[in-house]
This record gives sequence, structure tokens and C-alpha cells, in this order.
Amino acid sequence: MENLIALLVAAPLLGAAVLLCGGRRLDRIGHWLGTLLAAASFVVGAVLFVDMLGKGAEERALHQKLFSWIPVEGFQADIAFQLDQLSMTFVLLITGVGTLIHIYSIGYMEHDERRRRFFGYLNLFLAAMLLLVIADNYLLLYVGWEGVGLASYLLIGFWQHKPSAATAAKKAFLVNRVGDMGLSIAIMLMFTTFGTFAFGPVLGATGETSEGMLTAIGLMLLLAACGKSAQVPLQSWLGDAMEGPTPVSALIHAATMVTAGVYLIVRSGAIFNAAPDAQLAVVIVGAVTLLFGAIVGCAKDDIKKALAGSTMSQIGYMVLAAGLGPIGYAFAIMHLVTHGFFKAGLFLGAGSVMHGMNDEVDMRKYGGLRRYMPITFVTFGLGYLAIIGFPGLSGFWSKDKIIEAAFAYDDGIRGWIFGGVALLGAGITAFYMTRVMIMTFFGEKRWQPAPDPDKDASVEPGIEVTPGEMPHPHESPRSMTIPMIVLAFGSVFAGAFFSIGDRFANWLAPVTQFEHPHPVISVPAITTATMVVLLAGALIAYLMYGHRPVPVTAPRGSLLTRAARRDLLQDDFNHVVLVRGGEHLTRSLVYVDHSLVDGVVNGTAASFGGLSGRLRKLQNGYARSYAVSMFGGTAILIAATLLMRAV
Amino acid sequence: MNPVNYLYLAALLFTIGAAGVLIRRNAIVVFMCVELMLNACNLAFVAFSRMHGNLDGQIIAFFTMVVAAAEVVVGLAIIVSLFRSRHSASVDDASLMKL
Amino acid sequence: MSFPILTATAVLPAVGAIVTAAVPAARRTAAKWVALLFSLATLVMAAIVLVRFEPGGDRYQLTESHAWIADFGVRYELGVDGIGVVMVALTALLIPFVILAGWHDADPVETKSSRWRPTQGFFALILMVEAMVVLSFEATDVFLFYILFEAMLIPMYFLIGGFGDRAHSGTDENAAAQRSYAAVKFLLYNLAGGLIMLAAVIGLYVVAGSFSLSEIAEARASGSLDMATTTERLLFLGFFFAFAIKAPLWPLHTWLPNAMGEATAPVAVLITAVVDKVGTFAMLRFCLQLFPEASKWATPVIIVLALVSIVYGALLAVGQRDIKRLIAYASVSHFGFIVLGIFAMTSQGQSGATLYMVNHGLSTAALMLVAGFLISRRGSRLIADYGGVQKVAPVLAGTFLIGGLATLSLPGLAPFVSEFLVLVGTFAAYPVAGIIATFGIVLAALYTLVLYQRTMTGPVKTEVRTMPDLKVRELAVVAPLIALLLFLGVFPKPLTEIINPAVEHTMSDVQKQDPRPDVEAAK
Repeated sequence: MENLIALLVAAPLLGAAVLLCGGRRLDRIGHWLGTLLAAASFVVGAVLFVDMLGKGAEERALHQKLFSWIPVEGFQADIAFQLDQLSMTFVLLITGVGTLIHIYSIGYMEHDERRRRFFGYLNLFLAAMLLLVIADNYLLLYVGWEGVGLASYLLIGFWQHKPSAATAAKKAFLVNRVGDMGLSIAIMLMFTTFGTFAFGPVLGATGETSEGMLTAIGLMLLLAACGKSAQVPLQSWLGDAMEGPTPVSALIHAATMVTAGVYLIVRSGAIFNAAPDAQLAVVIVGAVTLLFGAIVGCAKDDIKKALAGSTMSQIGYMVLAAGLGPIGYAFAIMHLVTHGFFKAGLFLGAGSVMHGMNDEVDMRKYGGLRRYMPITFVTFGLGYLAIIGFPGLSGFWSKDKIIEAAFAYDDGIRGWIFGGVALLGAGITAFYMTRVMIMTFFGEKRWQPAPDPDKDASVEPGIEVTPGEMPHPHESPRSMTIPMIVLAFGSVFAGAFFSIGDRFANWLAPVTQFEHPHPVISVPAITTATMVVLLAGALIAYLMYGHRPVPVTAPRGSLLTRAARRDLLQDDFNHVVLVRGGEHLTRSLVYVDHSLVDGVVNGTAASFGGLSGRLRKLQNGYARSYAVSMFGGTAILIAATLLMRAV
Repeated sequence: MNPVNYLYLAALLFTIGAAGVLIRRNAIVVFMCVELMLNACNLAFVAFSRMHGNLDGQIIAFFTMVVAAAEVVVGLAIIVSLFRSRHSASVDDASLMKL
Repeated sequence: MSFPILTATAVLPAVGAIVTAAVPAARRTAAKWVALLFSLATLVMAAIVLVRFEPGGDRYQLTESHAWIADFGVRYELGVDGIGVVMVALTALLIPFVILAGWHDADPVETKSSRWRPTQGFFALILMVEAMVVLSFEATDVFLFYILFEAMLIPMYFLIGGFGDRAHSGTDENAAAQRSYAAVKFLLYNLAGGLIMLAAVIGLYVVAGSFSLSEIAEARASGSLDMATTTERLLFLGFFFAFAIKAPLWPLHTWLPNAMGEATAPVAVLITAVVDKVGTFAMLRFCLQLFPEASKWATPVIIVLALVSIVYGALLAVGQRDIKRLIAYASVSHFGFIVLGIFAMTSQGQSGATLYMVNHGLSTAALMLVAGFLISRRGSRLIADYGGVQKVAPVLAGTFLIGGLATLSLPGLAPFVSEFLVLVGTFAAYPVAGIIATFGIVLAALYTLVLYQRTMTGPVKTEVRTMPDLKVRELAVVAPLIALLLFLGVFPKPLTEIINPAVEHTMSDVQKQDPRPDVEAAK
């Protein structure tokens, strides 16, 4: 069975290679080939899963070593895979949602002339993401880690002729690289501490080194996670990443890649368990991000950017849970999976709406769409109910558990703070999601004629739009609605299925351990409080957007709203400090290099030139002047000789 | 007669030749002055040969004459061709050999 | 006596150079084919050398030794260790690509002001450089190495000064002045280094009484040759200065951007991927082996210089407006990594540095040659003159991106392996230096992606609208390089197997041991 593991990566990798090198001949079947190989990977994953279920809980982990990758004295890195329960969960999520989004993209990208390449990139992403979760050492994980970064770069910038898309892609890659620096340093620390960076030996030997070292490793891993999972302070790229085609936003920037940071933290649980300071840092980052994302999500009028803020916030929940240790790991992953369902569903729904609305993304120009797109409305609505934590749906089960676990951080003030933040986040989630729902599907029609793509760069190209034409909202083709329906099923039932009898926690327990949280207040009280803030959030949103008409142009808004529209000014900070500062630095360095470093060189050359310029004046071409110097020289020589004799 | 007097004469001739080389511009005169210097040297060689009683000096005087003859051949040829191209025998007019 | 295969590997391109130069002026295409065939034959020879080299065997293999200038103890001594054999292979591998990429670079131009370009000369000079570089990787006699080290400047000088990039801003006269400035700067800079090295070479002979690397090393090991500390340090500095100029290390780098900017792209590849490697290679072979104590003494300063090179080179690359100068500064940054790995004096660092030399050769060749194809299409080296190229020439843009990704050491491509080894090796010995060097990976992403974004993405500029995509010849240059980058990124084992024993020898030369992991050390 373990020989099948490599196939998981090999299938989509083959797809990527064939589709990207194949040329135009494959244009007609490329999308089918890509989808087929993604599905093949899913089938392999399912077979392995069934096989795994047949074994005892402790014997489920599989290993496969392909070959020695970098054999250097004292340094061993292998191309080797490990498939345990945690990896398995990710494999199923990635290949499952991945296949659905491949199917969706067939319809969504139908009119794009570069569809073959799009599927090539998607397959490349799948291969890298699978490599990330089945690697058995940190260095191989790093390959997958950067691989998904590359795929994300290519897909965000898929419509490269739009400067905004190209800039967003570059920004995503660069911010991620800052995080990668953390991962790189963490691996180096592991190497100097343990002499290896394979999961087994490192995580098994945490007891043999100091807490300080583990804290350092943990913080570096956290930096990496912040980059990939768009956590504060490296969150700024995610909003811009919505420049990519919507299926990409659903797959990469909602369901899978951005959760890699959570995987990294949970996978490195043994390190964090032994380093409470690093854990505290994780929890703080998670708590800050969940509020940050939620606040940003409230202010955005662009449907994808509102959802992006929501993604950031929900991953904040997961990171928070992952920082809680064994009481939170299972819930972090569970929320990750349920979030994968409902957020992918919401994004696909958003894509479906855009598809029917001439690629308009501004929710202020939607309204009343429920009658025109019933399937989209229902699936989006179920996703909405799931994400806000409506009782019985997926989000309810997973998010509630995280809130409970947050209250159980410790018996003192920190338990109250983190619990309170998580609770508040639930309320804001209900607010902004209700806002999205109402502005899109309810209320008056606020449709606007299609803009001119030549003048307005924000228009998603690829689909032909006649400028000035009013949108004709229509339900999307079946290839798009079926994935939405499947995901909606997941959004509704997955949570209950996982939670009843702690099924999910027990499944992961051999990898992550599991302890029941003991919150500072009783569980029913927390559940009640959650329901109250949820209703309050939804009610406020209804009063603000459902009860009175929504203006087509955004009002100026309060100071907070304006700041939130600009991502709480973080981009402005980056721009002023990093971009401007960097420009000044490089410009002055170019000057220094030219005039100082090179100046010394040229100056030396010039001074020799000047000296010889003076010397050459002696060569004036007059034979008689040469004769004088000859006689003079002879006279001096004779005089010197005589003088020497005399002395 | 005291052979030292020949040396005085040689020094005098050499000085006249050197002064001529430095002062005169006409290539022919400069050339003649160079010959004068060579002959002054020859005189000194022969005088020394006589003073020291060996023949080395006289042999070298023959060498000098051969060299002087060769020099005349080359030198006059250069001067003539220079005069042909520039219509002047002034050495200062031929000052192209400089950087 | 067996067949002198090392000599043959170096003589073959030299013969090729003569034959190419002798092809009649009108038969230009024939000359190109002759040059290409000779370079391919050299590649075959190098492959045979690589196969016949036994990784586990003696340190120097396939040795040849003949008396040359007996009065001064100068011998014609050749031999390759694991590092040398890999470098010979790299050189032999890259030259056919350089020739193929420069196929039309030396064709005569019909404009008034530019002179007739001797096509034969261009290719003959390239082969001449190859011959000298290969021989310098094989030389185990210090004097022989010195002669080659200096002699390769001559063909390089003519390649830079005589065959400049046709794409330039300004007038032809202006460009010619720039070109001759670059060539003279290259020559003088390297001659200055060579002069100081010559003094050190003579000093070494005075002290040791021999030019033979193995004899001196043996005498040092057995204790019969005892160098005074000051003497050793001065000699070390003499050698290192020359190598640091060639490498090039900050602040001796300023000749490289000029030379690479003004030369044609294939010649720029020749400079940075082949000739400059002689500098870093010589640090490993001569500095560490002949002067181990002085090397350790100078390590802190050299590490700092290497770090400055990494960060400074990268920042300057970000600030460049000229595509080729950008790549040149990126190379300065990469050479910083190589020097860092060499002087970290750990197994990982030195293996990484050696691998880095190979991988940098491949990645820079890929990026620079595609950049050259791009520049030749538009006739401008300025980044601002491009935009939206990927729309009209997707294959060109794709290969350019892969070259760029290799330059920024994306995992999965070969440079990642070497860069990470250098980082880990440095970090194990000097943690702070390791962390500073890690900043290089962010900056590398910055300059590469900014370059890609500004040239390839965005709206299509009018001037590039008719730009043709890569032709078959150009694809034949780029595709094998990319394939190699991918292969060595996933499976570098064939190379590390050859390099590792050589690195162990160097480590024992400097009497250094790898720092042990904390967990083991505690036990």
C-alpha cells in the first residue's frame, strides 16, 4: 500500500508537465486531462484511506522512501513520504475539493483561450500541496511549501496583462518569502540542534533540548505559518490575491493552501507543546488575525475581498486553536476541513454570481439575485449558515469547539481574553456574512451596465462583455453548480458527522493527542453566549442593510470603516516603510556603488592617467631637447661617479 | 710632446661638437657636429692608446670610423628625404615623434 | 604511460580554436559548425573524464607530470579532484550552449559605423577561453595555474571589447566607448589582481622551493616546511586578492556589471558562469590547501565581505534599469553565497559551495541566454522598454520565468539544494551570518519577480507586439539547461557523490570538523 503514496503526487505532477509542455495540440482535451488526473489522485487517496481504516489506530501511519535526495557529510535529506491520519485528512480534503474545483473550472474558464495552462497550473498546485502534506521531513515539506507558493503566484497572476494581477502575484510571493525565511531558519535550527530535520527524530527528541531552543524553532515556524496562512503581520497579500480567477480563490486562497500554516503548527505539535511561550505567540497571532480579518471583511464591498477577510479571520480561529496544544489541535483541523467545504462553496457561489453578472464584483451593484440564480442562492445560503455557526451545520460544531477551547486556555485572565475574542469574532462573522448575503441576494436590484474593459482595469477579462450592456443574471452551467451542491452537502453535514462521539478528535489522536478542554465557564453557557452574539450580529446587519436601501456608491463611512476598507492601513504602512524605504535604499546604494566603490577604482585609474599625462610632456619631439637631456644625464652620471670616487 | 695635450684638444673638439648639436637647427650642421664629436672621441682613444701602450684604443677608433661611415649613409639619406618632403633642413620642423 | 586525457580535454578546444580561425572568411557558417563540433567533442572528453574518475579513489586522479622549466622547478602537472572534475564538466557542458546561443552574434553588420566582425575570431576566442579554463581547473602546479589564470584574460578582453551587445542606448560611437571602457576595466582589474598573485607565487617559491601543489602540501603536512605566520598570511592575501577580484567579491566587483552589460549575452555567460568560477575554485584549491592557518585567520573578514556581497548585490540588482546589469549584480550576490560556503569551513558549506558553482552556472546561463534572446528581439537592454511579452511570446516568457525561479533558488530546482546547503553549513558554524544570508532569499525573489513583472506582464507594449517566440535553435539552448536544473534539483546525488570525498580532503587540510548537533554534544 505504501507504494501508492508517491502516486498521489505523481498523477497531478504528470498532468502539470504534460499540460504545460504540451502546446496547443492539447487545448481541446487539456481541461479533461487535468480533471481526470486530479480525480485519479483522489481515488488513490480514497483507496489508501479505506486501507487505513482497516488497521488499528496506532498502525495506520505509512512510510515510503523513494531515494536519498541530498546526501552530504552529516546532512541527510530523503525524498520520503509519511501518510498518517493528519496527512490523510489533508489528502482527502485537497484532492476532493481540488477535483470539484477542477470540474467547476471547466465551465468557469470555458471562454479563456489559456484554459489548458490554467489546468496545468491547478495540477501543479495539487502536486505541490500534496507533497507538502505527505513529506516526511521539513526540507521536503519546504519544497511543497514553496511549490504551492509558485502555483499561487502563477494563478493569482493568471491574467498577467492586468498590472494589478501581476502586482498582486508578486506581492503574494514576496510576503510568502518572508515567511519562508522563518521556515528556512527553523530547519537550520533543527539541523544544528538535532542533526536532522525528519519529523520522527525531531519531534521525538524535543525532550533532549532546552525550552529556549524549542521556543526559537516554534517562533520561526510561526513566522512561516503567518506568511502562508495570511496571519498578522504577513496578511496583506491575501486580499490582493483575489485578482486571480475565482476557482483559484476558492481552492488555494480559501480551502487548502492558506491552511498550510495550520498544518505546519499542528504537525510540529511536539515542539509547541514543549514551548509554552511559542504557543502563547501562536494564540495571540490567531486572536489578533481573527479580529483583523473580521473587521476588514465587514467593510469590503468587493464580494471576493469580503470573503477573503472572512478567510483570514477563520484561519485566525484555526491558528488560535492550534496554539492551545492538545486540546485544540483536533478542533483546528476539524474547522479547517469544514471551512474547506463552506468557504470553497461560498467562493464558488461568488464566482457563479460574477459569471452571471458580467464579472461585476461590487456587491453594491448586486441585489435581489435569489430569484435569478436559485441553485447558487441555496448553496451559498447553506454555506452562509454554516460559516456563521447556525446550530446543526458544520461551522456550529467546529467553531463552537474552538471557542470552548479558547476559554480553556488557562484558569485565569488569559482564558477569558482569548475566549472573549473568539466569541466576539463569531458575532462579527455573523454580521459581515449576513451583510454579504443581503447585499447579494436580497433587496432591490442595483445592477449597473457593464463597464468598458479598456478603461476599467478591474474587470475580469477572459469572458466577453459588451460595454454598456445590462447584466442578464442566469444560473450557471451544470459543471459549475454540481460542485457547489456537493460542497453545500459538506457544509451541512460534515460538522455533525465529525463531532458526534468526538469521531474526528479520536481519529487524529494518535498523531496530535487529544485532551478534553476545561473552559473557565460551563459549555452550555458558552453555547448560549455564542448564539446570542450570532443573533445580535445578524440582526445588526439586517437593520443596516436589509431594513433600508443600500446605496450604489459607498458612503464615506466612519473612521474605522474607512481604515478597514484599506486593510486597516497595513498596506499604507508597508508602502511607506518598506516599498518607499526600499526604493530609497536601493537608489542610494546604486549611487554609492557608482560614485564611491567604483569611484575609488576609476579614481585610481584617473590618477595614474594624470601622472603619465604630465610625464609625456617630456616627449616633445624636438631632437635637440632630447640631446640636452642626454648630455645632462651624462654630465650627472659623470659627476656622480667622480663624487663617489672622491668620498 | 705631452700626450695630455691631445686630450685637451679632444675635449675642446667634443665641446664644440656638442654645442653645435644643441644650438644649430640645420640638420646638416647638426650632423657635422655629431661627426666632430665622434672624431674627438677617436682622438682621445688614440691618445690613450699611446699613453697606455696598448693597441685597444686604436682598434676601437677603427670601429668608430666604420660606425660613423654607416651613420653618414643612413643619416644623410634621412636628411635628404626629409628635405624633399618638407623643403627644410631644420631639425625643429621634424618634431612629429611625440605622444 | 596512459593516454593523457586531461591534456587532451584542454588541447581539443585549443585545436578547435585554431581550426575555426583558419576557416576562410566567406565560409562563416562552416566556422560556426566547426566550433560547435569541437565544443561537443570536448564535452564528450569531459564526460569520459567524469566517468573515469573514481569518487572513492586517490585525491588527485588521472595525473600527468612533465618537467617544463627545470631551472625553476616549474612542472607541467595536471590532476583532478572531485571539485576539479565537476568544474571541468560544467565548463565543457556550457560552451556548446554559449556557441549555439551566440550563433548570430558575430555576423557582419551592414551599418556604416560598425566594422566588419570576424565571425571566425569570435568562436575561436570562445574555444580558446574554454581551453584555458579547463586547463586551469586541472593544473596542480601553481606556476602553470598562474599563467593560465592570466592568459585567459586575453581572449576575454577581445570578446568583451571586440564583440559588444548590439542592443544599446545612444549612438554607436558612444556604445563603442562604453564597450572599450568595460573591456579595459575588466583587463586592468584582473591584471592588478594577477600582479599581486605573481608576487605571492614567487614568494611561495622562495619559501617552499617548489611550485607543485602536492609537494608543498606534503612538505607542510610532514612538518619539513614551516612557514612563519606572517609569511603565510601575506602569501594568502596575495592569492586571495586575485581570486576575490575574479570571483568577484565586494568591494572588488565593479568590473562585472560593466563587462556583463556590454558583452553579448553568451559572452556574459562565459564571464560569470565559467571564467569567474576559476576564482572561487582557486580559493578552495589554493587558499585553503596551501595556507590553512591563514585562511582560518582571515575567515571572519571574508565572511563579512561575503555577507555584504549577498545583500549589497541583491539590493543593487533591485535598483538596476538594465536587464543584463541586473543579472550581473544578482551574480555578485550569488558569488557571495559561494564564498560564504567555502569559508564557513563545514562539510555542508563546502559541498554546497561546489554545487553552487555548478548550479549558478546553469541557472545564470538559462536566465542570461533567454534575456539575450529577448534583448536581441527588441534591441534594448532597458527593462522599461518591455512589457506584456508573455502575451506575444509565451514560451520565451515561460523559460525566462524558470530561469528567474532558478535564480531565486526555488525548491525543486537545482540552485535550492546548493543554497540551502550553504545556508545550513554557515548557520552551523556562524549562526548570525547564516541568518543574515537568509535575507538574500527574500531579496532574490524581489529582483527576479520585479524583472519578470516589468518585462513580461502588463499590457503589451507597441514595440513588442510583433515579437516572435523562441526559435528552434534558441529552444535547443534553453530546454536542456532547464531539464538539467530540474534533474539536479531532485537528484543531485551523482554530483554530491563526486564532491563529498574532495570536500573531506579540504576539511582535513584546514583541520576543521563539523560542529556536532547540540543534542549529541550534550550526551
